[in-house]
Amino acid sequence: MATINFGYTISKPRAIDMDRNNLRKSDEILREMPELQACIGCGSCTAVCTAGNLTSFNFRRVHTLIRRGEYQGAYEEMNKCMLCGKCRLVCPRGINTRGVAMLIKRKLGDNRS
Amino acid sequence: MNKRVIVIGGGAAGMQAALRLKESGVEPTIVEREAETGGKLRDWYVLFPSFTPAADVLGELRRRVAERHIEVMTSTGVKSFTSREVTLDDGRRLACDAVVLATGFTLFDASLKEEYGYGLYDNVFTSADIERMLSRGRVAKADGSRPRRIALLHCVGSRDEKVCQQHCSRVCCITGVKQAMELKKLFPEADVFNFYMDIRMFGPGYEEMYREAQQKYNIHFVRGRISEASPTIDGRVQIKAEDTLTGRPLRMSVDMLVLLVGMRANDDNAALAEGAGLRRAPSGFIAPRNLFLGNVESDAAGIFLAGTVSAPKNIGETLNEATAAADAAVEYLKRS
Repeated sequence: MATINFGYTISKPRAIDMDRNNLRKSDEILREMPELQACIGCGSCTAVCTAGNLTSFNFRRVHTLIRRGEYQGAYEEMNKCMLCGKCRLVCPRGINTRGVAMLIKRKLGDNRS
Repeated sequence: MNKRVIVIGGGAAGMQAALRLKESGVEPTIVEREAETGGKLRDWYVLFPSFTPAADVLGELRRRVAERHIEVMTSTGVKSFTSREVTLDDGRRLACDAVVLATGFTLFDASLKEEYGYGLYDNVFTSADIERMLSRGRVAKADGSRPRRIALLHCVGSRDEKVCQQHCSRVCCITGVKQAMELKKLFPEADVFNFYMDIRMFGPGYEEMYREAQQKYNIHFVRGRISEASPTIDGRVQIKAEDTLTGRPLRMSVDMLVLLVGMRANDDNAALAEGAGLRRAPSGFIAPRNLFLGNVESDAAGIFLAGTVSAPKNIGETLNEATAAADAAVEYLKRS
């Protein structure tokens, strides 16, 4: 039976639910590059990012979401990165952000296949 | 110099000030409200950022006070005072030539933040509770089991106009980092989350400790203040916050919620200040005469301030300030 379209839908909850999220991929990423945990969320990487200045790409936001187990769309977002490495030059915590970008792509790429 | 200075308060500040006065040839008397000296340090386990046992610092201060035969009056409350006379709760009056006020602070009562359920739900603790549990050598959930997930919440009773505490208590941030590391050491299998508004690492070695907590201890820092806690059917605590760095609401259930309670001004500061002619800062702490060139002096001649009676401070700052307050008192006595 066809569903009647009443012209409205129910929004999906936006909350990050840490009781449901699976942190396995996130833990793997952090185990390989524990330095990512030293991020203090300053946003220098995003401020300097060429991709971020031309598209909606926000490296800080994407890797923070991944660390909370929110992988949906993260791989596609990370593909906007051109791996220029400017973010690494400015990180005050000395994080190899370019390495993190590549690691995330590798790990979440695995996830998709 | 045959002069007598009364030191009100026998915590770290009071003991250090008395030691310095004695060293300078002045006769100090410590007046302590509790049954023993030590103040808040008695309930602390180890001190940031070096994990030095609080008992080591306290023991040494007490040893020196005893060795130098400094007069200590315990279980003695002070009703009012001026620079020349201290009136005790029992009505006795002690004459003196100057006073060092070292009455410290009061821990914020976490049950006032009802939304966090302290005193209502099992498994909600304060940072002071955790210190006591660490001192006793047993940290556990209310039912005695090991926690798998722990959240620490910064700024409980600090930077919060809803509870009339607008000031930053300064030391809770580093205490939160320290306790997160201690809990992770005790429960390596547990996930530890710190929820913060800002991380304020003001002291030497603090930022380094914060980084160590992040990178070596795998402690998760989430920028966002927990809005509420509620009990789950299985005795855990569900918390809600915004993960402001992702712009998304976040919720999770935890086995233990630790509230990092701030320092607030003592209730009797108002009455003591009025009687002695001292000024109070908007935070309720006693205001120094001048924040730069008279920061251990008060508005009243002959009354000096040491330690957290004038603002939240760590132990090192408190000890330094006690020395400075004693020196200022000695200078004053020489002039008068």
